[in-house]
Amino acid sequence: MRVPNVNGDIMKEFIIKNLSLRYSDDNESLRNISLEIESKAITVLFGPAGGGKSTFLRVLNRLNDLADVKEMKGEVIFQGQNILDPKTDVIELRRKIGMVFSRPVPLPLSIYDNVAYGLVMAGEKNKQKLDHAVEQALRQSFLWDEVNDRLKDSAYSLSGGQQQRVCLARVLALEPEVVMLDEPTSALDPIATSNIEEMLGELKQQYTIIIAPHNVQQAVRVADYAAFFLMGELIEFGPGKEIFHTPRDKRTSDYITGRYG
Amino acid sequence: MTTTSKHRKEKINEQLGFIGLRIITLLTVIPILGLVAYIIVKGAPAISWEFLTAPPSNGMREGGILPAIVGTIYLTIGTAIFSVPLGVMAGIYLSEYAKESTLTRLIRIAIINLAGIPSVVYGLFGLGLFVVFLKFGTSILSASLTLSIMTLPTIISTTEEALRSVPNSFRVVSTSLGASKWQTVRRIVLPQALPGIITGVILGLERAAGETAPILFTGATFFLPILPQSPLDATMALPYHIFVISTQIPGMPVSIQYGTVLVLLIFVLGMNLIATLIRSHARAKRQW
Repeated sequence: MRVPNVNGDIMKEFIIKNLSLRYSDDNESLRNISLEIESKAITVLFGPAGGGKSTFLRVLNRLNDLADVKEMKGEVIFQGQNILDPKTDVIELRRKIGMVFSRPVPLPLSIYDNVAYGLVMAGEKNKQKLDHAVEQALRQSFLWDEVNDRLKDSAYSLSGGQQQRVCLARVLALEPEVVMLDEPTSALDPIATSNIEEMLGELKQQYTIIIAPHNVQQAVRVADYAAFFLMGELIEFGPGKEIFHTPRDKRTSDYITGRYG
Repeated sequence: MTTTSKHRKEKINEQLGFIGLRIITLLTVIPILGLVAYIIVKGAPAISWEFLTAPPSNGMREGGILPAIVGTIYLTIGTAIFSVPLGVMAGIYLSEYAKESTLTRLIRIAIINLAGIPSVVYGLFGLGLFVVFLKFGTSILSASLTLSIMTLPTIISTTEEALRSVPNSFRVVSTSLGASKWQTVRRIVLPQALPGIITGVILGLERAAGETAPILFTGATFFLPILPQSPLDATMALPYHIFVISTQIPGMPVSIQYGTVLVLLIFVLGMNLIATLIRSHARAKRQW
């Protein structure tokens, strides 16, 4: 748990009010989600597949604009603005809210160009600044020592775990406020997985982390706060310890103890 | 005992089936190879430096075919100038920007149908629009424009297909890193699709280079001893020249006919070869 800041209140990164969403194919949806996500902490979204975790994450950086959304209601307040407002500068928003996906998807570029991609797209041309940012980001994702002598190689020459860290590094290079991870270890082996988990603990000093882990055990390991999603509804939300040890809702405890999933 | 004999019978049937399919496949290849071999054997003796660099003489019964070669090159370049930018841009629009709607569905249906129209119809259309109405006359310009319209559907659909074959995850990732739509297309999608687009362009132009009907009324001329000087000049062209020397000239030496066909074949198959090389090179380099 986090100590309240100097003002005595806990900083909120996101305030989500009555968020509902429906896709055109009525596949996955969100129903009336209200939730406050704390700054500089790890918030875990867990629950069975198809519960709306990915959809929820993709609302927060408006990546759902690419999908076939039929209807979206409610508010998502980020830095005092409702980001669902059509006037939101989504490109600026996505630079502040980075995302790591469930499978490592390096862009078909070199390691260096992958990490520098966001900055270059933002118009950064200064080679020194780019070099510095790339090194910084690769150090933060514990990859620098492994790749610093082959930055010009294709990112596809790396192992799966390394690729996923490149994907994290290219998010960090933009110095975002929030890092979202959607089942980031689902394609990785246990060692690569524990590397990523360890990294999360470091990263939360600087970033707000929202993660949809790929199983309950991982959720328990990393959570400061936990939100249980089931069939598009937020069943329960609170500090990780409470949710995992003394869940109030029977559906939550049944899921945690593995009665369904 | 019964099961094993049944198995054996199935196995034999399968073998026979394979052999049958293999023979049929070979049968489709043999005529093509035979045709090419025959043309090479009959046409190769006619090919000489003079044949490639001199205009026809003595009522086309002697000399070379230079004006026809140059004409076909001009027409191919002219077609490329109009159809490539237009077709590639339309393909990008359809694949990356257009939302699925009745309009885009209509556009796609139009493109598919455009590809199925007989080439002589394009020729007549070109005659009406470019030669007569727009007063470009029987010229390289009119013929290139006509060939462009004929080529567009191929270029548009192969471009669209090449772009669609780029995994959508690249677009999602690029967008999530704060790239605009156009940045994503230009930096990621287009470079990955480029070999496919170039292949499609070449295949489209190759077809245009070998067509007779669309240029028949719009730009090709029976005989022209000098090379065309401007886009508004008419020109000789290989496909039409072959038609002329095969049917219109009594006492035409057979070797010149085959030689001309061989030159056109080399031109077209050469383009095909380039397209194939680009495609296989890109496939070997692709990482995803």
